[in-house]
Amino acid sequence: MDEQLKSELAKQGIFATTLNEIYNWGRKSSIWPLNFGLACCAIEMIATTMARYDLARFGAEVFRPSPRQADLMIVAGTVTKKMAPQVVRLYNQMPEPKYVISMGACAISGGPFKQGYNVLKGIDRYIPVDVYIPGCPPRPEALIDAFLMLQKKIDEQVLTGTSRPRHLDASQPSEFPIPAFGAHDLEPPSNPALWQPPAPDLVQIAPATPSAAGGHAQK
Amino acid sequence: MDLTAIQSELEKSIPGCRLEIVPNPAPAAQHSLVVDADHAVLVATYLRDFLHFDYCSNVTGVDFLPKELSEKIKVKKTVDGPNGPEEKEVDEVRKTTIPGYLEVVYHLFSTTNRTGPLPLRLRTPNRDLTRESLTLPSLTPVWRSCEFQEREVYDLFGIHFDGHPDLRRLLMWDEFTDHPMRRDYVDPDDYEYEPTAHDEVLARHRAHYSTGAGPAFPEGGGQ
Repeated sequence: MDEQLKSELAKQGIFATTLNEIYNWGRKSSIWPLNFGLACCAIEMIATTMARYDLARFGAEVFRPSPRQADLMIVAGTVTKKMAPQVVRLYNQMPEPKYVISMGACAISGGPFKQGYNVLKGIDRYIPVDVYIPGCPPRPEALIDAFLMLQKKIDEQVLTGTSRPRHLDASQPSEFPIPAFGAHDLEPPSNPALWQPPAPDLVQIAPATPSAAGGHAQK
Repeated sequence: MDLTAIQSELEKSIPGCRLEIVPNPAPAAQHSLVVDADHAVLVATYLRDFLHFDYCSNVTGVDFLPKELSEKIKVKKTVDGPNGPEEKEVDEVRKTTIPGYLEVVYHLFSTTNRTGPLPLRLRTPNRDLTRESLTLPSLTPVWRSCEFQEREVYDLFGIHFDGHPDLRRLLMWDEFTDHPMRRDYVDPDDYEYEPTAHDEVLARHRAHYSTGAGPAFPEGGGQ
């Protein structure tokens, strides 16, 4: 429908819309997050829901203690390898449509603990992530921004055709394999269907040559 | 009561116990007491009951690798000179190896006397990493607060505590077989994506792509 005609009709008290729009509007206006936090980012997440930043303005005030009632998983904090299977299991227990915000440096990549023996190098190795927020920890404004970005993403979804969202496409998975505790690491260390490392920088991975060792390339 | 007084009182009261003071040259001067494993529980009980060290605040592990010391010494030797054999002083490098060991450190405080910390050290006889040589007595029966911390030391260093009521891994999962805080721990090769690699991480990142049996680039990789 023509946008101008729509606004003219609205002035006359007639509201015209499409099913697509009203469906997306309904979903984006009541995203209920799952009530769980993993580390210090969770403190910022709690602050976001409190009176000062008031996430309730965006329809997300109801933090659900059960994954069965939640739409959004905010991975707020360091995901240790011991916790990762539980995070994936909680994600699998959430009903579709479901979304993931990866909050903070640790949930994105492992952050300051990336080289640790016990920290997962990013939750996107096991579950699909919709919005990433950098920061250590991100400020509440950043989480609100991620929320608005997610709402925008939902608003732009087309319900039919090949680009329809995952929960309307029966061929798309809604559950992902839970990694097992191995003798040295999680098995598998990542889900290759979801996550592949980008092509490495050829200069960076070139074997160190004696001439390069003294040059500025090493600095 | 300073450490030498504690040492002499312990040696007097517990016959046969072998104690050694490790001096700390730093300004903090926290000298510590090394106790032999056979008398550790007796010494700990005595410290708690008679010297009122009623609180163990911290238990930690330390891994000492075998250390090779080389020192230069002057040796008199007969050397072939231009005028036939003559005696000369020659520098010679003598190498000695100090065997490695694992250590557990307990920090004791006395809330009654308001003194502390008294660092108490237990050492394994060697570092050959067999079950026998990695067994030390547990001090959990003496100080209940050691329970979780000894489990942590068991988890990260692999030291078995004899007499511990519930010796399981604390931080890592039960299926895990390594001990990550040991100096010879090798972490899994998950260095496939290092956007800001440098130094050691860069070396591991390079090694990841140079040793791979498959293609240099993972299938579907690249942006």
